[in-house]
Amino acid sequence: MSQPKRERNLTSRRGFMASVSSGSLVLMARLSNAQDIEVATAAEGDVESFEPDLFVSIGSDGKVTILAHRSEMGTGIRTGLPRVVADELEADWSKVVIQQAVGDKRLGSQNTDGSNSVRHFFKRMRVAGATARTMLEQAAAAKWNVEPATCRGKNHRVVHAESGRSLAYGELVQAAGELKVPRPDELRMKPASEWRYIGKDAPITDLDAILTGKAVYGIDARMENQLYAVIARPPVVGGKVASFDSTETRKIAGVQSVIEIEGYQGAPVFQPLGGVAVCADSTWAAWQGRDRLRVNWEDGPNAEYDTDVYAGQLADSANKPGKVWRDTGDAKSVIAESDKVYAADYSVPHLSHAPMETPCAVADVKVDAGKVVSCVLKAATQNPQAVQQAVGAALGIPEAEVVVHVTLLGSGFGRKSKPDYCVEAALLSKELQRPVHVTWTREDDLQHDYYHTMSHVHIEASLREDGTPSGWLQRAAFPSISSLFSDGADQAAGFEIEMGLQDLPYEVPHIRVESGKAKAHTRIGWLRSVNHIPHNFAVSSFADELAHRAGCDPLDYLLTLLGEDRLLDVKAAGLSNRGASAEEYPYDIGRLKHVTQRAADLARWERRSELPKGRGLGIACCRSFLGYTGHVVEVAVDHDGSVQIPKVWTVLDAGVIVSPDRVLAQVEGAASMAATIAMYGKVTFRQGRVNQSNFDNYRIATMKDSPREIITELVESDAPPAGVGETPVPSFTPAMCNAIFSATGKRIRSLPLADHDLTWS
Amino acid sequence: MAIINVNGQKRDLGNVSSDTPLLWVLRDQLGLTGTKYGCGVSECGVCTVHLDGDAVQSCVTTVGEVGDSVVTTIEGLSDDGLHPVQNAWREHGVPQCGYCQVGQMMMAAALLKSNNDPTDEDIDNEMWNICRCGTYPRIRAAIKTAAKELQK
Ligand code: FES
Ligand code: FES
Repeated sequence: MSQPKRERNLTSRRGFMASVSSGSLVLMARLSNAQDIEVATAAEGDVESFEPDLFVSIGSDGKVTILAHRSEMGTGIRTGLPRVVADELEADWSKVVIQQAVGDKRLGSQNTDGSNSVRHFFKRMRVAGATARTMLEQAAAAKWNVEPATCRGKNHRVVHAESGRSLAYGELVQAAGELKVPRPDELRMKPASEWRYIGKDAPITDLDAILTGKAVYGIDARMENQLYAVIARPPVVGGKVASFDSTETRKIAGVQSVIEIEGYQGAPVFQPLGGVAVCADSTWAAWQGRDRLRVNWEDGPNAEYDTDVYAGQLADSANKPGKVWRDTGDAKSVIAESDKVYAADYSVPHLSHAPMETPCAVADVKVDAGKVVSCVLKAATQNPQAVQQAVGAALGIPEAEVVVHVTLLGSGFGRKSKPDYCVEAALLSKELQRPVHVTWTREDDLQHDYYHTMSHVHIEASLREDGTPSGWLQRAAFPSISSLFSDGADQAAGFEIEMGLQDLPYEVPHIRVESGKAKAHTRIGWLRSVNHIPHNFAVSSFADELAHRAGCDPLDYLLTLLGEDRLLDVKAAGLSNRGASAEEYPYDIGRLKHVTQRAADLARWERRSELPKGRGLGIACCRSFLGYTGHVVEVAVDHDGSVQIPKVWTVLDAGVIVSPDRVLAQVEGAASMAATIAMYGKVTFRQGRVNQSNFDNYRIATMKDSPREIITELVESDAPPAGVGETPVPSFTPAMCNAIFSATGKRIRSLPLADHDLTWS
Repeated sequence: MAIINVNGQKRDLGNVSSDTPLLWVLRDQLGLTGTKYGCGVSECGVCTVHLDGDAVQSCVTTVGEVGDSVVTTIEGLSDDGLHPVQNAWREHGVPQCGYCQVGQMMMAAALLKSNNDPTDEDIDNEMWNICRCGTYPRIRAAIKTAAKELQK
């Protein structure tokens, strides 16, 4: 806590302290390290001595303030993690106030991404809560002159059962603040049987604000005297403004300035795409002004990008030897020597995140004597620390001088962890020396996204007499996310291959996993469940194809493929296991089989053979983000080829669940999002330009065509918490396509379904 | 000079041009940011408000078209946040990110006014709003709950 004082600290400290009354017990937890917890009382005078990485405070009035350091984009995390703290603290939830943290690297990663929030912070939040409770218990014990072990924090009071005495938390904060902070190993953690909030439902903290229209998202963020900007960006990634004419733009009432933004250098990363910004006193004036700009673009190196042509290049790449990621046994020879080889190729197009709220941020840059000194932003961002870095670099100031207030996010799906739009706002504010709010239109969003990769997967297997595989080779080709960070990168990254390919869970003696080269011609980004989408589509479809070839029931065949209950040897398969140890998060085939079997049981899988033509059940499973999902999807395909999804059954095993109802909501939402991927999702490029422009040609499933009924079972488990937000996405799509095969006999090897003729008679 | 009637108040819009979409007047000029932007072309429904009680998309409704009609936004749907639709949304925990929900509720409130016992098919046809978070099954359930409340 000896870092030099800075303006930024004052700003964020005041933010937190505004809600903390004088005399509060304040725990300063370094979230990056659960061992590192300090404490003090916020008595008048010493408030100013605190650094801002405060985390939980208890006022003498009993009010508890908890810092939420992860972004809320619909998962409920802004409520869920504070409830973990409150649970161990034995706080009365009605006395808890949640405060959103600004970006601050001392809080540990704030990148709300990768389904990591509960997994990474569950333990640390519990330790922080238990620390505060233990100190209150010790303070009470000292007052009563009894053994601390005989005192128990219970619902905002410390109780001494023997004597029947009790004291409210607020009455103890002064004394507790003078105690030494107990070490984590001195804490008594509550057993799961005593949890009062973990695993129990509560309304999300923003519910009333959302229902009354008062919730503030990035698009709603305001700063005094702000201008509104809408930007014309190069239609081709890597393109530049050659010249522009803003005569017509300046005729629009309300337009104040027209400013050119430079294109990026090197790899795109989170740099702005460049272009021409129109700043006005309303969004509409800026938008009209933008549409009247006459810009001549220089298209640059990606001007020829054509996804029809590119699809062929990916197919070629996936069908010749590539980089080897896993070679268990000797799949190459086994397949070469077999006279019963079956092969199939699967492809998935680019997808767009299309968050309901487009990317939006407002920035206010302070300039002193011609030099930029600091920047304050309010942004819908999944990663305020990335905003600090990107904006700091663009303005030439230390990231510590960039203060990022995080608004609610009108969903994110990975788009809003890439802060190019925040940099745009900062650059414009620097130029105009007043706050500037940047709004992306839907057209901007769909045409300038960080697209989900486009992918081709080739699989071949040598088959035994009974139709089960003896050797299995799979090879993927897709432009990699690494191309975003490293110019010209044309090979898959390990973390991408690991998502659904290298971790093949099937009990096949010979397995080989490869990737082919693919150069990116647009910005490639991660989208909810990332490479699991194309990989699980390929693997789970191929398994279904093999089952039908062998004349087996697809469920029986899949369970046979998964093999004995066992732990996959994570090391031998070369998996990083998302950075988690294989002891804490083993790859447990038994759990994967269980969710698959349960989904089938719930769906009454045995009905399968009785269904009329046009109706079908399909099954698939996936381990992703350390959690396990089994999916059965039921489809109804009309003679005219239109598809309905009357029912889907999902069984999710994600270890300990903090907020069951929010997890159910994530599973429901995943089904809807995956249905969109299956049915409609497709972004295409011609001459480097995206063809889709709005929801009329980038269709999203609605009430009518989303899964009608979603039955979900959460496996009760005391395993450490795994990912939830992304976990139930990947296996839906292949389960649906397998159901379509069952209903119509038509095998879907390329998405989306909209490209296929599903009519039957 | 345009004056429009929003949530029971006459609001002077100064010399705003009559072809300005109501959405941006509400949000940027009147500070009523509860009404959201999602597409601008009547494809997503997040900007839905009521015009004389009917659901309209404010992104494609101009100030000129509003004329003397009464505009109701989420800020004016109820005084206390306890409209039957809001109650039902609360009960079913409908919102995830929440961004589309204002438009969903305004659409549902208008639907229920003309039809207090909607069938699944009615809901399918009337509720065409996009929810990127996929809250559709809960919206359906909440509409049915609100309908029961309104039938009382
Ligand atoms: S913003 Fe009006 S319908 Fe989408
Ligand atoms: S709740 Fe997020 S878009 Fe509907």
